Amino acid sequence: MEMRLEVNGTAHRLDLPERTLLVHALRDQLRLTGTHIGCDTSQCGACTVHLDGVAVKSCTMLAVQAEGRRITTIEGLAKDGALHPMQLAFHIHHGLQCGYCTPGMIMAGLDIVRRHPRPDLGTIRAELEGNLCRCTGYHNIIRAIAAGAEAMAAAATGERPGEGQGQ
Amino acid sequence: MHAFAYCRPAALADALRELAADAEARPLAGGQTLLPVMRARLAAPSRLVDLARVRELTGIAAAPGGLRLGAMETHAAIAEHPAVKRLAPALARLAGGIGDPQVRNRGTIGGSLANNDPAACYPAALLALGAAIETDRRTLAAEDFFTGLFATALAPGELVVAVQVPAAPAAAYVKFPQPASRFALVGAFVLRTEAGYRVAITGGGMGVFRWTEAEAALDSGATGADLAGVPLDPELFTGDLHASARYRRALARVAVARALADPAFAA
Ligand SMILES: Cc1cc2nc3c(=O)[nH]c(=O)nc-3n(C[C@H](O)[C@H](O)[C@H](O)COP(=O)(O)OP(=O)(O)OC[C@H]3O[C@@H](n4cnc5c(N)ncnc54)[C@H](O)[C@@H]3O)c2cc1C
Ligand code: FES
Ligand code: FES
Repeated sequence: MEMRLEVNGTAHRLDLPERTLLVHALRDQLRLTGTHIGCDTSQCGACTVHLDGVAVKSCTMLAVQAEGRRITTIEGLAKDGALHPMQLAFHIHHGLQCGYCTPGMIMAGLDIVRRHPRPDLGTIRAELEGNLCRCTGYHNIIRAIAAGAEAMAAAATGERPGEGQGQ
Repeated sequence: MHAFAYCRPAALADALRELAADAEARPLAGGQTLLPVMRARLAAPSRLVDLARVRELTGIAAAPGGLRLGAMETHAAIAEHPAVKRLAPALARLAGGIGDPQVRNRGTIGGSLANNDPAACYPAALLALGAAIETDRRTLAAEDFFTGLFATALAPGELVVAVQVPAAPAAAYVKFPQPASRFALVGAFVLRTEAGYRVAITGGGMGVFRWTEAEAALDSGATGADLAGVPLDPELFTGDLHASARYRRALARVAVARALADPAFAA
């Protein structure tokens, strides 16, 4: 069936079977392979994207369900070649090892900051319930999200107004 | 996933017509249960009737004596809504503890009730609270709605429209989550009203139920510590790879005792 999807600010018209999952439309059709697939059970969060700014698992959604909504993937965060503060925080704080879970962690991290602008470490830990990492043991991921939140708050009030909420 | 047709009606009457026209059609709400089940090829509906735009199924509002929650309201919306937090704070906390943030952003109360997973959270709350479930054709008491494992009183093609929840200042939900999914290994919802206590247990394995012996004991002055001696039918518990039946039954007593220790019961 024909469907229109808005991804990272660009409108796309796609002709896909009804059963196409959003993650497959993003990866296989739009070649946005930063969104990963880590499980078959809707539990790992590697596929997390934003739908109207809210984190969802793109493996547990049909592409057609995203019609009329704004989809943001990890590829949509950097602006003019500059990493988003949350991406930079993962880099600085070594919030990844193999990197497989990282796009999902960053998208989930931004959803945490949306709801808790200055999250404490306990909040971050609890809110990362839906994202699994097989490598890091989570400590640096949690530090990176806290630092990313700080950087976003600073950017919102400081030299780069308007970037505070990510997108 | 097997192939299927898809439609997205904007009115309840259209959704009901689509469902009535095709016995193999299924409603799609948040998809957080239905899509994984279809991906595993455990279900193969011919048509999905997406309820996302059916306006009659949305809305959270204070209603006489309590709250009315539209079937398509997400767990996240219910957890965060000021009226729910004020009138039924235990229900808001329960919703905020379902799965993970991504699941809560999509999953709906209507989908959870219609699915009636024996380890789901909402059924315990609705049974203890004596909530009513409004469908497109009737209103059912929670105890008549939940009929067994993944079974409800819904007829084919019947939709949950809303849930009526009485205000519940003195109530608490305690869940021992299964660590991978966060579903209830065992969960207990305890309510105290002027008429007495109501205790509902989910996660036992045979479907949600009221622990009436505990209700009677609490009504006659027993405390959480006394629950160890209160009869609890072992037939209501089953074992699986996550926990044995005996362990689940033991957790049920602990969950109720912990719920009773909630500050909501202090006054
Ligand atoms: C990782 C993960 C963790 C989870 N953890 C928990 C947990 O801790 N506790 C918990 O309780 N649940 C948990 N769930 C389940 C989650 O709450 C689901 O969202 C919920 O059970 C189904 O709601 P849905 O809106 O996604 O429904 P869907 O998946 O869309 O539908 C479920 C079923 O209900 C039917 N249906 C949907 N809406 C209606 C309606 N209005 N009227 C009639 N029938 C309808 C559908 O046809 C389908 O058969 C978890 C799910 C996942 C993936
Ligand atoms: S791939 Fe979506 S949750 Fe694992
Ligand atoms: S860094 Fe390897 S899975 Fe998280």
